Amino acid sequence: MDVPSALPVADPAPADGSLPASALDELGSRPFGVYVHVPFCAVRCGYCDFNTYTPGELGSSASPASWLEGLRRELDLAAHVLGSPPAADTVFVGGGTPSLLGAEGLGSVLAAVRQSFGLAPGAEVTTESNPESTSEQFFAGILDAGYTRVSLGMQSAAQHVLAVLDRKHTAGRPVAAAHEARNAGFEHVNLDLIYGTPGERPEDLRASLAAVLEAGVDHVSAYALIVEDGTALARKVDRGELPAPDDDQLAAYYEMVDGTLSGAGLHWYEVSNWASSEAARCRHNLGYWQGGDWWGAGPGAHSHVGGVRWWNVKHPARYSAALARGDSPAAGRETLSAEDRRVERVLLELRLAEGMSVRVLDEAGREQARRCAEEGLLAPEALVGGRCVLTDRGRLLADGVVRRLLP
Amino acid sequence: MSTFADTTFTTPELIRNFCIIAHIDHGKSTLADRMLQLTGVVEERAMRAQYLDRMDIERERGITIKAQNVRLPWQLEGQDHVLHMIDTPGHVDFTYEVSRALEACEGAILLVDAAQGIEAQTLANLYLALENDLTIIPVLNKIDLPAADPEKYSAELAKIIGCEPTDVLRVSAKTGLGVRELLDEVVRKVPPPVGEAEAPPRAMIFDSVYDTYRGVVTYIRVVDGKITPRQRIKMMSTGATHELLEVGIISPEPKPSAGLGVGEVGYLITGVKDVRQSKVGDTVTSERKGAAEPLAGYRDPKPMVYSGLYPMDGSDYPDLREALEKLQLNDAALTFEPETSAALGFGFRCGFLGLLHLEITRDRLEREFGLDLISTAPNVVYRVIMDDGKEHVVTNPSDWANGKIAEVYEPITKCTVIAPSDFIGAIMELCQSKRGQLAGMDYLSEDRVELRYTMPLAEIIFDFFDSLKSRTRGYASLDYEEAGEQSADLVKVDILLQGEAVDAFSAIVHRDAAYGYGTKMATKLRELIPRQQYEVPIQAAIGSRIIARETIRAIRKDVLAKCYGGDITRKRKLLEKQKEGKKRMKMVGRVEVPQEAFVAALSTEDSGSKDKKK
Ligand SMILES: Nc1nc2c(ncn2[C@@H]2O[C@H](COP(=O)(O)OP(=O)(O)OP(=O)(O)O)[C@@H](O)[C@H]2O)c(=O)[nH]1
Ligand SMILES: C[S@@+](CC[C@H](N)C(=O)[O-])C[C@H]1O[C@@H](n2cnc3c(N)ncnc32)[C@H](O)[C@@H]1O
Ligand code: SF4
Ligand SMILES: [Mg+2]
Repeated sequence: MDVPSALPVADPAPADGSLPASALDELGSRPFGVYVHVPFCAVRCGYCDFNTYTPGELGSSASPASWLEGLRRELDLAAHVLGSPPAADTVFVGGGTPSLLGAEGLGSVLAAVRQSFGLAPGAEVTTESNPESTSEQFFAGILDAGYTRVSLGMQSAAQHVLAVLDRKHTAGRPVAAAHEARNAGFEHVNLDLIYGTPGERPEDLRASLAAVLEAGVDHVSAYALIVEDGTALARKVDRGELPAPDDDQLAAYYEMVDGTLSGAGLHWYEVSNWASSEAARCRHNLGYWQGGDWWGAGPGAHSHVGGVRWWNVKHPARYSAALARGDSPAAGRETLSAEDRRVERVLLELRLAEGMSVRVLDEAGREQARRCAEEGLLAPEALVGGRCVLTDRGRLLADGVVRRLLP
Repeated sequence: MSTFADTTFTTPELIRNFCIIAHIDHGKSTLADRMLQLTGVVEERAMRAQYLDRMDIERERGITIKAQNVRLPWQLEGQDHVLHMIDTPGHVDFTYEVSRALEACEGAILLVDAAQGIEAQTLANLYLALENDLTIIPVLNKIDLPAADPEKYSAELAKIIGCEPTDVLRVSAKTGLGVRELLDEVVRKVPPPVGEAEAPPRAMIFDSVYDTYRGVVTYIRVVDGKITPRQRIKMMSTGATHELLEVGIISPEPKPSAGLGVGEVGYLITGVKDVRQSKVGDTVTSERKGAAEPLAGYRDPKPMVYSGLYPMDGSDYPDLREALEKLQLNDAALTFEPETSAALGFGFRCGFLGLLHLEITRDRLEREFGLDLISTAPNVVYRVIMDDGKEHVVTNPSDWANGKIAEVYEPITKCTVIAPSDFIGAIMELCQSKRGQLAGMDYLSEDRVELRYTMPLAEIIFDFFDSLKSRTRGYASLDYEEAGEQSADLVKVDILLQGEAVDAFSAIVHRDAAYGYGTKMATKLRELIPRQQYEVPIQAAIGSRIIARETIRAIRKDVLAKCYGGDITRKRKLLEKQKEGKKRMKMVGRVEVPQEAFVAALSTEDSGSKDKKK
C-alpha cells in the first residue's frame, strides 16, 4: 500500500506517541495490521504523487540504512505505546518501491515487525514490488523470509502506455515476474493496472487484460488514471500536451476490466479490486475498508487505532531524526467523533461487494437508499436483506451514492 | 478661508443655477472637479478624480449614479456671484436624476466629447433641458485628445441647438483649459432665478437621501420666501409638519447656514427617519402663514424592468428584505414585493429603471449586505386582457397563463440610435429584427446619422444594445424613453427540466422569437448544468407544445478509483468538499442546478450588465 503526499491538517500529535485509553481499549476487537512504508524509488513516475523519493532527491540526507534504523525504532515505540501489542494478522510493505531493498532488506523489515509484534498464525504478509527490480532469486528470498503475497506494479501491457506513464519495465516483464513469483511458491500474486492513460486504446487495455489472465494471478487491482496536482503528468495536461482522461471513456474501460475479469473467474470485492476466491482477497486492505486497526510505520505512513488516526512526517530525514531523538515521528492526528466514524463507514464499506448494513444510515439516508435502489444504483434484493450493495452501475457512481446516503 | 458663497440669502441677481448634462463618460464629473478647484471650495490636497462620485460603486465603475449639487463662489469683473452646480449621471437608466436636477436650474452646460461628437444621451438630455426652458451652453470637452475634432463637432452641436459653431465653447476638463471662461459664460448667459422674497416660502424637494448618522437629508431649491432653521415646515402633499433641525448648503460638504433665500439650493434636516416622508417633487412651506399653492411636482419614476431576486440560501430571506428596505430609502425608483418561486423559494419581484439599475442594485445587495443572490431574467410589464374581459398586470412571467388570453399589451419605447452613416444598413436590419419601426432619420453631420425607432421595450432589454455595439464596431449609442404600449402576439415559453417547468426560466417573448429563445435556453442549460446520475431532458414549451429539446446525458463515472491506502482522512475531507459543493446547488425537482447556471442562463447579454457605458 501507498501513502499519498498531501497531509491533512489536524491536531498535533504527542511527542511520546501515546494513545488515549479509549482507543487502546478497542485493540484486539478487530484484526490488527502493520503497514511499512518504503519511501524509495529509482525514478519518479510522471503520474505519481505518493510519498517517495529518488536517490537524487535524498542526497545524503537519508538512505535505506538510516530508514531501516528509524523503522526499527518506530516499531519498538509502537510496541511500547500499545502496551501488549497484538500479533499482526496482516503485514503490508508498500511504497515507493519495496523491491529496491532486495530480498535481504525485506527480510530485515519483516524480522523487525516480528520482533515488535509477532505474527498471528496464518498471517498475510504482502510486499509491493516493481517488476523490473524482481527476479527468481528475489521471490525465493522473500518467500523464505516469510512473505506470503506479492503485489506487482504492472500498469499496462502496451509499451506506448508504459512510456506515457514513465514506467521503466518492458511490456512483458510483469507477466514474467508473476510467473516467477508463482513458480517460487507464491499462491497469492496481485497485478496493479492503470487504465485510461492518454493514448491507451481499447485494444491496448484488452491486451493488458489478456496478459493479466495469462499470468494466472489470483488478484487484480485496476485503477483509473488520476491526474494528481503537482505531478509531471498534470503539467503536461495543463499545457495541452496530453489530453485529460475522459470520464465516459474511463467508465467504458472499467466495464471492460470488470467484464473480462469476472468472465475469467476474478470477482470484484471492492470497487477497484478483483480476486479469484475469498482466500485471495487482500486481508490487509480489507482492514482499511472495514475500520480495522493498524500501525503504519515509515515516513508519511497513516495509522488507525480505535478511532484515532495519525500520520507520520513525510521526509525520510525528518522521520529518522525524530526517532533518533526518541520522539514519535507522528506529524498530526485526529480523534474521530462518532459521526466521523459513521461517515467513514459509509465512505469505505459501500465500496465493498459485501456492502454496508443499512443500520449505519440515519432515516434520511435510508430513504435515499430506497431511492438509489429504485434508480438501479443499489441492489434491491440486498437492501431488503438490510444491506446497501452497489450494482454494476452503482459502482461507477459510488461517490454520488455516498453523498446521497449522507444527506 | 471664507468666501462670498458661505453666507446665504444672496440677492437672486447674483445667483446662477446650472447643471452639467451629457452622454455617459463625456466628462461631466471631471469638469465638475475643475470647477471645485478653480472656485477654491476643494483644496488641492483634498482633491481626487470625480470628487462628487462619492459612492463606492460609482468610483469602482467610474460612472455617476446620483446627481450631486455644490454651491460655488465665482467672481466676474470684480462682482461676486454664487453658483449652484449639479453634476448629473449620463446613463439612460438614471435619466430621472437628470430631470430632477433640471427642475432646480435655469441653465445647463451641454457637454460633448470632442472625439465622439453627439451621442444618444446628448440629445435625450438636451431635449429634457429644452422642455424645461433652460438656457443651454454648448461645450466641447476633451479637446486635449489627439483624436478630438472640434471643427466637425462644433458644427454638429450648433446645428442641433441652432446656434453658431463659434458659440460652442471648448474645454479640457482634464487640463482645466477653458474652464475659467466657461464659468464666466455661465454667469453671463444663465438667467438668475426669480421668485418672490416676501411671499410665503415655497421650496422644491429635488432629492432626498437617507444618511445613517443624520437621518433623512432633503435637498431643496427655494423658489419663494425663505427657509430658516427656526421654522416649523410643512410638506404640502401630505400636510405633515416637521421641526427643522438644520438648514445648510453643500460646498461640497454640508455646512449649516442661517437659512436659504430665493433661488438658493441647499439641504434641510428634520427628525424624520423615512425618506418617504420627504418626497421628491413635494413642496416645502412653513407651517404658519404657509403657501396655498404647491409648485408643480415631478412624476414618480416608474419601474421599466422587473426581475426576481432570491437569496441563494433560503434562510437569508429576512436579510434580503431588510437590505432592500435600506436601499429603497435612497432609491425611490426601486420597488419590491414578496414572491415565491417553485425553483428558487422565497424572494422578491423587484422593479428597476433599467438593466444597469438592476445590476447595480444586485451588486450593492451582495457586497454591502453580504448576500448571495440569484436574479431571474429581466422582463417588462404586460397588460393582459383575458377572454372573460378581466385585466391583469403581469410583472412576473409565471403569472402568465397561456391560452384564455384575448389580448396583450406591451410597453413600447421611442429609441434613438446615433452612429456613423456606414452602419445604417446594419442598424436598420437589426432594428427590424427586433420589431422596430423606423420613425425618422437625420444626418447630424456628413457621416453621422441619427435614427429614430419605435421599438418594444422588451426587445431593448433583451440583448439589443450588445448586438447594436457589435454590428457597429462599438460606434453606436442608444437612448430610449417609454412611449405607451401596443398590442402584440406574445407567448410564454417555459423551460422544463425532467418534465417540470422551472418558473425562474420562463420568459414572455414574441411568438416569432419563441423558438429561438427556447433553443438558446435549452442549449445554454445543457452546457451549464453538470451531468447527473440520470439523464435530464431539457425542453422548451409553449403551453403543452414542446418547441425545443436537449438532453444532459447521465454521468457514467463518479467514483474515485485509486488506492489511497490508509489515508482515510483524505477521503473524508474530499467527501466534505464535495458536499460543500453540493450545498451551492439548487435542487430543482431531482436536478441539481449550480448557482452559476442560474446566473449564466439568466444573464441576457444586455445593455446593462456587460457594457455599462452607453
Ligand atoms: N483626455 C481627457 N479625458 C477626459 C476629459 N474629461 C474627462 N475625461 C475622462 O473621461 C472619462 C469619463 O469622465 P467622467 O468625468 O467620469 O465622465 P462623466 O460624464 O461624469 O460620466 P458619467 O457620470 O458616468 O456619465 C474619465 O476617464 C475621465 O478621465 C478631458 O478633458 N480630456
Ligand atoms: C503508489 S504505487 C506503489 C507500488 C509500486 N511502486 C508501483 O508503482 O507499482 C501503487 C499503485 O497505485 C497506482 N497508482 C499510483 N498513482 C496512480 C495514479 N495517479 N492514478 C491511478 N493509479 C495510480 C498504480 O497502479 C500503482 O501500482
Ligand atoms: S514506482 Fe510506484 S511509487 Fe514509485 S514513483 Fe512510480 S508509481 Fe510512484
Ligand atoms: Mg459623472
